[in-house]
Amino acid sequence: MHPSRRRVRLTVCATVVLLGTAVGCAPQDAAPGGTQAAGKRSCAPGKLATVTPGTVTVGTDEPAYPPWFNDDDPANGKGYESAVAYAVARELGYGKGAVRWRKVPFNSAFAPGAKAFDFDINQVSISASRRQAVAFSSGYYDVRQAVVALKGSKVAGAKSVADLKDVRWGAQVGTTSLDVVNDTIRPSRPAAVFQKNDLAKSALKNGQVDAILVDLPTAFSITSAELKDAVVVGQFAQRGPAEEQFGLVLDKESPLTGCVTAAVDALRRKGTLAALEKRWLADAVDVPVLK
Amino acid sequence: MTETGAAGSAGSGVVDDGYVPSRRRIERERYRRVRARRAVAIAALSTLVTGAVLVVAVVNSPGWPRTRETFFSPAYARIALPKVLEGLLLNLRLLVVCGAAVLVFGLLLAVARTLRGPVFFPLRALAAAYTDVFRGMPLIICLLMVVFGVPALRLQGVTTDPVVLGGAALVLTYSAYVAEVFRAGIESVHPSQRAAARSLGLTSGQALRFVVLPQAVRRVVPPLLNDLVSLQKDTGLVSIAGAVDAVYAAQIIAGKDFNYTPYVVAGLVFVALTIPMTRFTDWVTARMDRRRAQGGTV
Repeated sequence: MHPSRRRVRLTVCATVVLLGTAVGCAPQDAAPGGTQAAGKRSCAPGKLATVTPGTVTVGTDEPAYPPWFNDDDPANGKGYESAVAYAVARELGYGKGAVRWRKVPFNSAFAPGAKAFDFDINQVSISASRRQAVAFSSGYYDVRQAVVALKGSKVAGAKSVADLKDVRWGAQVGTTSLDVVNDTIRPSRPAAVFQKNDLAKSALKNGQVDAILVDLPTAFSITSAELKDAVVVGQFAQRGPAEEQFGLVLDKESPLTGCVTAAVDALRRKGTLAALEKRWLADAVDVPVLK
Repeated sequence: MTETGAAGSAGSGVVDDGYVPSRRRIERERYRRVRARRAVAIAALSTLVTGAVLVVAVVNSPGWPRTRETFFSPAYARIALPKVLEGLLLNLRLLVVCGAAVLVFGLLLAVARTLRGPVFFPLRALAAAYTDVFRGMPLIICLLMVVFGVPALRLQGVTTDPVVLGGAALVLTYSAYVAEVFRAGIESVHPSQRAAARSLGLTSGQALRFVVLPQAVRRVVPPLLNDLVSLQKDTGLVSIAGAVDAVYAAQIIAGKDFNYTPYVVAGLVFVALTIPMTRFTDWVTARMDRRRAQGGTV
């Protein structure tokens, strides 16, 4: 065969192969049902279109912190979020044996593409901009932010938000606590931002920051167990009802969103959520509200 | 180059020396030109086809609209760019300060390792142990230990500033790398150079200072710049202590709004920063080659 003709033929073959792979790479039909309104689908107990039929796969990050989880083991049913996850599963018709836990780092919980979990429970606050990327159930916990500082520091005597301006702040990345620091407190120095609350606690202990902002249950957990010489200085008032809530994270196209939301609402109606809060989360009445 | 004789201007048809290219030669050159043109055309076509296929494959994938919204959202890019650039200032400050400190410290280590004479043994052993430990230790662990460990000691007068401590950790680790680069350079200078210097009456120190080091440093400029580019990207790791650098600024926005576009912006900013540095490295290397090869290459 003439060499140039062979080359032409090669080119054609290569093009065909490339096109073939391109077409072949386009499987994955869109999930049936798409974004369904709640109640449109039948939420037949135990027969939902879960990732693995017959079981509910629940995601959360590692390590799993108290008071949300105990002993870094989400599967033991201890800790508020672990208990809520099992309650939601039961509401959907899945017993304790039909719940599988999966490690899902915070950053991959909102990645596009197929999810490896049915819902993710990881103290994720619901917000409008986050709804562009994921679907949320209704809120299962009303969040209040609290200030933690070392005993005897100047922050420990703070009474109002104005007292918190000239303070070296620390908060965890990706949390609403960080947003409250930047948007509500507006400190004179830029806040230190940490990958994990553990690092923020170390920095507080070392005096590299004067105060850290976390949600109230975490604040109690820090001051009661991990940092004995720290106090919960005060909490931020909720301006409206349910101004900030934690919600279960689902894939944006998940067919389960309606059913899971209905389950969370039912738990709230029955008082199950309130009972679990009483059981696992410390009573927060004696924390002064910062004006 | 001299301009006499017009040597090597083949095919130009210059007739001052009576040379006329043969028909066969003209034919051969014409044939080669045609072949070259065809090769270029085929390469261009093949590139176009490959690019088109890739674009079609990506844009027609079922998840493309969401991927575009998540990774290439112009709105989030506009929000992210100023914050990323603000964070980049921290990267650049760290790069300049740590880069200078690393060069000095690394050179001192390398010299300590190449000192001769039994009296210097402890110094040599210390320098060798230092490079072994800090080259082997993952940078992130070194950072954690320095940034959170040093303040925990509660030493009077020692800073707890996370950026300063993080910079110190970078210097500790990178000095070990750079010391090895310098040492390789020093040992690549032929022993006859030192012998000649000593025979001229230079002391050991003078021989090192005036004869060995100038040659050694010149030889290791490219690997040094390589380490500098690597340091530039690793400055971001200081953010583990809470300081906000370019990548971290991107992560803050991404975590708040669940959109990855800020990461893409930060990545492009870093690439845009590295390209001039790479070109500079190439230029320095080329200039050195020109100087070494004075009088033309053979």
